[in-house]
Amino acid sequence: MSRKHGPKIVSANDLLEGDVVYLDEAGGWTRDLNRAAVAHDAEAAQALLADAIAQQDRIVGPDLIEIGLSTSGVRRPVHYRDIFRERGPSNRPDLGRQSAAGAAYDAPAREAAHV
Amino acid sequence: MYRYDEFDQAFVRERVRRFAGQVERRLSGALTEDEFKPLRLQNGLYLQLHAYMLRVAIPYGTLSSRQMRQLATIAERWDKGYGHFTTRQNIQFNWPKLKDVPAILDALADVEMHAIQTSGNCIRNVTTDHFAGAAADEIEDPRPTAEFLRQWSTDHPEFSFLPRKFKIAITGSPNDRAVTKAHDIGLRMLRSEAGETGYEVIVGGGLGRTPVIGEVVRDFLPRADLLAYIEAILRVYNLHGRRDNKYKARIKILVRETGLENFRAEVEAEFERLKASHSAEIDPTELARIEACFAPPAFAEAGDLSTCETRLATDPDFRAWVDTNVTAHRQPGYAIATISLKAVNAAPGDASADQMRVMADLAERFGHDELRISHEQNVVLPHVRRADLPEINDTLALAGLGTANIGQIGDIIACPGMDYCALATARSIPIAQDIAQHFSDPAHARTIGEMKIKISGCINACGHHHVAHIGILGLEKAGRENYQITLGGNHSETMSLGERAGPGFDAHEVVPALERLISTYLELRESEAETFLMAYRRLGAAPFKAALYPEKELQNAV
Repeated sequence: MSRKHGPKIVSANDLLEGDVVYLDEAGGWTRDLNRAAVAHDAEAAQALLADAIAQQDRIVGPDLIEIGLSTSGVRRPVHYRDIFRERGPSNRPDLGRQSAAGAAYDAPAREAAHV
Repeated sequence: MYRYDEFDQAFVRERVRRFAGQVERRLSGALTEDEFKPLRLQNGLYLQLHAYMLRVAIPYGTLSSRQMRQLATIAERWDKGYGHFTTRQNIQFNWPKLKDVPAILDALADVEMHAIQTSGNCIRNVTTDHFAGAAADEIEDPRPTAEFLRQWSTDHPEFSFLPRKFKIAITGSPNDRAVTKAHDIGLRMLRSEAGETGYEVIVGGGLGRTPVIGEVVRDFLPRADLLAYIEAILRVYNLHGRRDNKYKARIKILVRETGLENFRAEVEAEFERLKASHSAEIDPTELARIEACFAPPAFAEAGDLSTCETRLATDPDFRAWVDTNVTAHRQPGYAIATISLKAVNAAPGDASADQMRVMADLAERFGHDELRISHEQNVVLPHVRRADLPEINDTLALAGLGTANIGQIGDIIACPGMDYCALATARSIPIAQDIAQHFSDPAHARTIGEMKIKISGCINACGHHHVAHIGILGLEKAGRENYQITLGGNHSETMSLGERAGPGFDAHEVVPALERLISTYLELRESEAETFLMAYRRLGAAPFKAALYPEKELQNAV
């Protein structure tokens, strides 16, 4: 889901758990979107992706995703697909990362695609 | 039910052992993801948006209570307490951890189940009528044929790397509940005038990005020739099917590009060669062994029907459930009870571990230990006494499984969509829930009558939207979810593909659009007996398009 413009981060699925992880500044993997390493241009984005691709003993399916800032200043993916990946199934707020996130999300998952 | 013999058991255990070794090597770094991915897919393990997903085969949708209880145990022990029954009569677990999958497969093998051939370009789970062996309108039980094909196709070396996946469906009833015309091969059981059992063979059907209604390639195929003929079709497909373009690799494209007559000629020629070589003859002893596994249960006497009759006369909720969820059985005193997994606010096809246990208990106590999964994502108790219906209904109601809506507007097929699926372009489940909520008044649903709404979250059409009376296809448009509506599709023996009504709708516009459609239908129908599909076929698309796009109608009038 990579796009031409806007800051990007690398997302992937954790090899063992299968859940979504993000490449962090230290070249490791985090489940916190706000700790992901951000690339502001194409060159930096490709460098991050190359770093991720080299780590496929820990993760699966690395890809660049675009992020933006929500109204409350929290980072959030631009594409609705990445929003669902970050949160969990929109029909089951008790499952996925959204179940522990509480107030971190500023819009109900159900409405995510309409805001 | 079919019981594994020693060979079956050893084969499945060996596959589990092999996969356990493959997982170990992936975790140690000895296998890369590129090397591991085809291996995990051969064992039904996908990677979805939030987690791995394990797709478990339920051969022709038949389960014993023991197997259903094991699915419940797996859901609780290694997943998040529920499973999702699919339009392929399978079950998917949405949250397994990679390291746990070999243990899950072992637990499945304990109850004669597996996840083999639930992915990849091979012959997939053979599907059938969920009322098989019970329906009053059936010519013959299609499950022995399905089991025979399952055994023949399992790990078949010649057909393990086909151009694309291959799906076979079979119905034993002229009323096609198995969607046979939308499969790579569809089989309809027939009886010749001489009383011989055979099949009408349909080929090249399919949904997905290029929906095609299958065509009859052989009017009557004697049972003895079944394997030779199926093998001939597979051989022609394996040889000529396109491998250069994934989207043109299904047999439907080959049949279209070759032309049915030429395709048939090639199949018949190969069939004659195979018959001459005697390599694909059905072994009558083996067929008899399999058929014996599907002998009808030892039906009991009808029993005392007075409680059931009283409840029917005095309890409108029970009456409604019997009217909608209970179907005629061939055995006097018996009925087929369909358990709706479509309660308002439920995700279509989802069942909790507790619900699975309730259904397993009912099958054991009242249903000759049998359960079926329907392609419409419901669960069926195929053999229950009418006398036991009140207690069955009461038990289901306590477990949130008593919804009386089979075949009605709330009985919606929906794929997992973007709430789970990595291929999806939009969500399906919340759309289904919004529609079910809006039309939740049972009296209104009864007034609307038979209605098949089917929702897919991408063009791959797992939600069968092409063959819905009202089909909904979720796509992405300008960074938002957008839903196209198709009208007039039908999944039965009179299959038709829905026609796209016009531009798509935003998610919040779908329910109002459906409300306009339904109101228009109710205004225009000739009588209560005229279903939405019948009205659509009589009136054509125009009045329904006008209802969906009133502004356009206004512009045209000016």
